[in-house]
Parts: sequence; structure tokens; C-alpha cells
Amino acid sequence: MSKISRKNHRWSYLAGEIFRVVFLTMHFVITIFPFFWMVSTAVKKEQAEIYAFPVIYWPQNPSLENFFHIAVKGNFLLYFRNSFLYAAIPALVGTLLAILAAYVLARCRFRGRNTVLFLFILTQMLPGFMGLAPKYQMMSRLGLVNTVLGILLIYLSNIIPYSVVTLRSFFDQVPASIEEAALIDGCSRFRVVFTIAVPLVLPGIISVLIFDFVNLWNELFSATLFLDSDHLKTVTIALNGLIQKYDIAWGQLMAGTIISVLPTVLLFALMRKYMIAGLTSGAVKG
Amino acid sequence: MRKREELLYRPPKRKPKKKDVIFILLMLLPAAAMTIWLIYYPIGRGITMSFQEYNLYNLNNIKFIGFENFGDLLKPGPFNAFYGTVKNTIIYVFGSLIPQVLFGFILALLLQKRFRGRSLYQGIIFFPWAVSGFIIGIMWRWMFNGSGGVINDFFMRLGVISEPVSWLSSESTAMLSVIIANVWYGIPFFVIMITAALQSVPMDLYEAADVDGAGALVKFRVITLPHIKSVLILTTLLRVIWIFNGPETIFAMTNGGPAGSTQIMTSYMYSLITSLDYGRASAVGVICTLILVAYALLYLRISRFTSEE
Repeated sequence: MSKISRKNHRWSYLAGEIFRVVFLTMHFVITIFPFFWMVSTAVKKEQAEIYAFPVIYWPQNPSLENFFHIAVKGNFLLYFRNSFLYAAIPALVGTLLAILAAYVLARCRFRGRNTVLFLFILTQMLPGFMGLAPKYQMMSRLGLVNTVLGILLIYLSNIIPYSVVTLRSFFDQVPASIEEAALIDGCSRFRVVFTIAVPLVLPGIISVLIFDFVNLWNELFSATLFLDSDHLKTVTIALNGLIQKYDIAWGQLMAGTIISVLPTVLLFALMRKYMIAGLTSGAVKG
Repeated sequence: MRKREELLYRPPKRKPKKKDVIFILLMLLPAAAMTIWLIYYPIGRGITMSFQEYNLYNLNNIKFIGFENFGDLLKPGPFNAFYGTVKNTIIYVFGSLIPQVLFGFILALLLQKRFRGRSLYQGIIFFPWAVSGFIIGIMWRWMFNGSGGVINDFFMRLGVISEPVSWLSSESTAMLSVIIANVWYGIPFFVIMITAALQSVPMDLYEAADVDGAGALVKFRVITLPHIKSVLILTTLLRVIWIFNGPETIFAMTNGGPAGSTQIMTSYMYSLITSLDYGRASAVGVICTLILVAYALLYLRISRFTSEE
């Protein structure tokens, strides 16, 4: 009896292993292929090669011409710089402001605390487009449509609620006893926040910073609505312009797409731990 | 749970000092002010706009018209686009969600076992998550290209189809194509979340089960599933909101077409904003908001329910 069951066991183990290897391999190929295809298209120089059918999987004469074209003639170097500034500045300022609010929401007890926290969480569940039209009206009244300041303010407000909610849960996981001791020793409360509490949650802060940056780097709808002048455009606006054309130049478009995903893919590859911590902190550790 | 409560800072009960009040206000003010000014106030304005005739082509004629915008949206008729978007939203959200959860779950389980290169494997299969929904849409739009297109080529080589299919420009296949792209995009999220949850399952439970001679399926049902149930429910509910709120992939692939067959409620709202009909766009927004608030309340209820267990 036991012999048979052990034999069955071995067979089911083997079947499980085969399933594992096949499934993981297939998933790997499916995940990687769109990226491969993006690169393969971008390095094809001849239109005939790009549009050949049956398709040519492996580029015959790889060239970087599409990249040069899109970077120089397509102005992508400028758009890249714009995207970087519009993402980095609000991410830094927003994370700083969120640290202040999140600290208070995690450490201090006061009336209305839960309401304030709930209002920050609620923004994450409301449709983002709801305020878009009124925001456009407000900004145009202030003369901030199609200005750097305008997009910086909008982006700043976009990321603050998420940052507050996430940072609060990070502060919640660190004991407050050191801070209390420092307070008794007569440190000012502001000093306690930045010299004691912030270093303790630094990994959390980094992951929020990266998340904010990536979200703003990828932002599409506010940017297309609020920025019009060519010299203010972001990479996503430029890509949107390229796909709205009747005749899409896929080689150049794929080169532009690679330029746009490079920073976030790099960040993800180098900072995977932080990105995962940022993502899972809310739902898993609660 | 109790452990965390103990860690929380609890000042002794006393009347709050003026200094503390100022500290709290100063710390909260910048974040709260930005949120009220550029998130809550515009949403409030949006709600008023939904009861107005508010068209940027006709700015001199802005007036309150009661529920007329809603009436126009909901009035049945051959030219009514709204009900179609509701149907599409449901198909898109759940059609994307269910395969994402399923594949994400299977992958997370398969990745539990250590093997050489596992960390690298995980790093690579997370890559879609590093790219925005909009870019994903562009990549897949090119792959689904109707005249040539690598997906047509692949299926023709397999002999599934005999001539190229125009996936994105025919009403019967456009939604399926958009969903496939979105499933591909969303799987890493569930792998990440479920892997994190699986790490919280105490290993000694499995060892004890091994001693008792329990099989893999029993271990899964009795140990694994109960431990990750709450994370599974929460992330699934959360993901519904994200898919609902993020029509970027659709925007890049089909822009709601052909003939509105991939238009979901939020992309419909954006198209109304860009056609400058703010009144009606806001009415769609109010309906979306009502749905999401109802959903959010349900979500919070369930999340409290699962964390109490």
C-alpha cells in the first residue's frame, strides 16, 4: 500500500515539476516578447523591413537611425528633460510635505484625525477625471495653463494623498519610544521628526519617492490637457502626438517608446526592493 | 494586531497644549491645503457643473439646467452611447481582472519554490509593471496591427487563422485585444502582492503538516489559502478601482473605437472633456463617483471584516 502511494506521489511530483517549468517558461516568453518586439522594430532602418509580412523577427541590419531621428528631429531630448523636471520636482516636494502630514497622522492623537486620514484615502478611489475640467478653468483663470508652474502644482497635488497614506503606514510600523525619549530630553518636535523619525522610515520614504516619480513620469491626461507649447511638452505628450497621426511611423514611435520606458525600467531594476515595499505596505501590512 | 497597538504613541490624557495644536496644524497644513485646493474643490465644482449647461464652445450661455445632463445620458435611444460604456466597463474590468488574479496566483505559487535564477526571473517578469498603461497600449497596438502585425503572423504560422485579422478595427475583436494587453500588464501586480502575502505564512505550519503526512492540495487548502485570503480579497477589490480609473491602455490602442466598442465610462468622460462639453462630462463623472464611493464603502467594510478575523 505504502509503496503504491509513494509511487503515485513521485509521479504527481514529476507532473507538478513539468507543469512548473512549462508554465514559467511560457510566461517568461510572453512577458519578454513585447519588449523584444519594441526593440526589434526600433532598430530596423528600412520601412520595408518594418512592415514586411510574414514579419521579420530578427532585424537584418540593426541601426540606431530611428533613435537619432526621434531624439534630434523629434525633439525628444528636450521632452525628456521636461518629463524629468515635472516628475522629479513635485516628487521631492510632495514627499517632503507628505512626511510632515503622515508623521502627525501616525503619532499624534487629535480630534478629526481619522476624518483627515479618510479624506486622503478617499482621493485614491475617486475618478481622477472628475476634477479635470474645473481644474482647467481654475488654472486658466490664474493664467497657469500651459506654464511650468501650473503643471508642477497639479502634479504636486496628484501625488500628495498617496504619499501621505503610504508614509503614515510606514511611520506606524516604527516604535515611537526613541522619539518620546528625545522629547523628554527637550528636543523640539520639528527636530525630532527629521533627526529621529525620518531616518527610521528612510526605506519607506525612498519607495514613496520612486513611486511618485514613476507615476508622474508616466502621467498622460493632465499633461496633454494643460501643456500646449512644444518647448513645454513631455515624452508622453509627444508619443500621444505620434499615435494620433493617421500614418504612424512605427519605427520612430518604438524608438520614442524605448526612450520613455528607459528611466522607469532602470529604476525598477535597481530599486526593486523599494518598489515592492511601497506597493505591498498598504495592503499586506495594513 | 495587538502588538502594533502597543507600539503606537499614546500621550497621557490631558488637555491639548496650545503648542501641540500649532505643531499639528503646521504639519498638516501644506498637504491638506494642496489636496483641498486641487483635488476636493475641483471635484466639488465638477459636481455643480454636472447640473449646468457648461460647454466651452458656448461660454456665454452657462446656466443651471437641473438633471438635464443626466437625463440626456440615461435617455434610451439608438444614439445613446452611455449604456454601451457601462456594459463595456463591466466587461473590461472583470475580463481583465479575473485572468490577472488567476495567473498572478499560479505564478506566485510556482515561484515559492527556490530554484537557481529565481530572483532574476522575478525581476524580469515584473518589468511590465515598470511601464505605464499608455506605453503598454502603444506596444500592443503595434503587435495587434491589422495589415501586418506580429500577432497575425504568429497565429498564421500556427494555422489558427488563414489571413490577417484587423484586431483593433473590428468591433468583435477590439475589446478582446485590449483586455489581453491589460491582462499582460496587470499580472505582475498580483504576483508581487500574493508573493508578499505568502511570505507571511508561518513555515512551521507546513512542517507540522508534513509530519502529519498531508498532501500538497490539503496544505494549500488548510494553510495557504486561509492565510492569504484577506490580501487576496483586498488587492482584488483595489485593482477593480485602478482598472476602472485608468483607461490609458484603451486610449492608446483604440481610443474607444471602433464605433464605441471599447469605450468605457472613464474614457468616455475624457472624450467629452476634450470635446469641451464639461457639463455632460461632469455628469458622467458624478455617476462614476457614485459607483466608486459605493464600491469604496463596500471595500472598507470588507477590509475591516477581513482584518478582524
